[in-house]
Amino acid sequence: METQAMHIANGIVDGPVSALFIVVAVAALAVCARRARAGLEDRLAPMAGLVAAFIFAAQMLNFPIAAGISGHLLGGALAAILVGPWLGALCVATVLVVQALLFADGGLTAIGLNVVNMAVVATGAGFLVAAALLRVLPRTPAGLGLAAFIASVVSVVAAAEGFVLQYALGGTTALPFAEVATLMAGTHLLIGIGEGLIAAVTVATVARVRPDLVHALRRSAPAPTIGAAA
Amino acid sequence: MTRRLGWFLGAGLLVALLLAGVVSNFASASPDGLDHAARAGCTLDGSGEITGGVCMALGETGHELAGSPFADYGVAGLSGVVGVLVTFAVGSGLVRLATGRRARQ
Repeated sequence: METQAMHIANGIVDGPVSALFIVVAVAALAVCARRARAGLEDRLAPMAGLVAAFIFAAQMLNFPIAAGISGHLLGGALAAILVGPWLGALCVATVLVVQALLFADGGLTAIGLNVVNMAVVATGAGFLVAAALLRVLPRTPAGLGLAAFIASVVSVVAAAEGFVLQYALGGTTALPFAEVATLMAGTHLLIGIGEGLIAAVTVATVARVRPDLVHALRRSAPAPTIGAAA
Repeated sequence: MTRRLGWFLGAGLLVALLLAGVVSNFASASPDGLDHAARAGCTLDGSGEITGGVCMALGETGHELAGSPFADYGVAGLSGVVGVLVTFAVGSGLVRLATGRRARQ
């Protein structure tokens, strides 16, 4: 079976806009790295690796959303809930870089576009929605699952509209902007529902097995306990 | 790393390996939402080649690394397994580097 390429290819968006988004992506990831450093515990590096590996795997699982159209998980909301927004963005960016370099999926000149949409916008939107919902939802596996579902739907549509904005700024073909925006929103709403189900099952499972590993279930950043042996 | 975390990581990696190496063979082969949008407006022949119209995919240029062995997840099953292991290694390594984690005591 031939797996389809799934990220923005070279040439869809012109050079200057692609270059601009590489700068934006690098700057955003630098901020994420700095912020992630503050809350980093010993165990979070392998946990981040696992989240990235799981998202890589889940992105390969295209599910049908309509006749002749499929979708796959992007993973931003899932990553934000499990390891927090800063580390989460770094996890998704890792997946995108591995896919571009090893699997020729997502053009190298388009890497900034892809990173901004999926690592920055989706993770950021997913985090904000999940954090808001967890103020009212119970912090149980079911409550967390529901938050993950809704956060995923919003994050996927936000990422899709990120592409629409990039296309409006530097698209190399003359298609009506509104048409692209509507088409992307429609398909990605359905994809978001599929992603939401996968993310909900995943976070609810982790919350049942190891609630201490779920970033969104910590009430605040845990203060390092001085003297406690890891 | 505690022993229990080791178990969790091992189990999680096993799930990821099974999803990418086995379950992915049953994934839909239809174009994804983005790819579908890229082709909207064009007419395609049976093999998916563009035959006319205007669509985003017309602007598409080839990938720099299209000739690499794993391009487009070429080797069924193995691609997923390699991808999961590489992503795990790069992910945990990069996070360690990028966040400037202090050396383990």
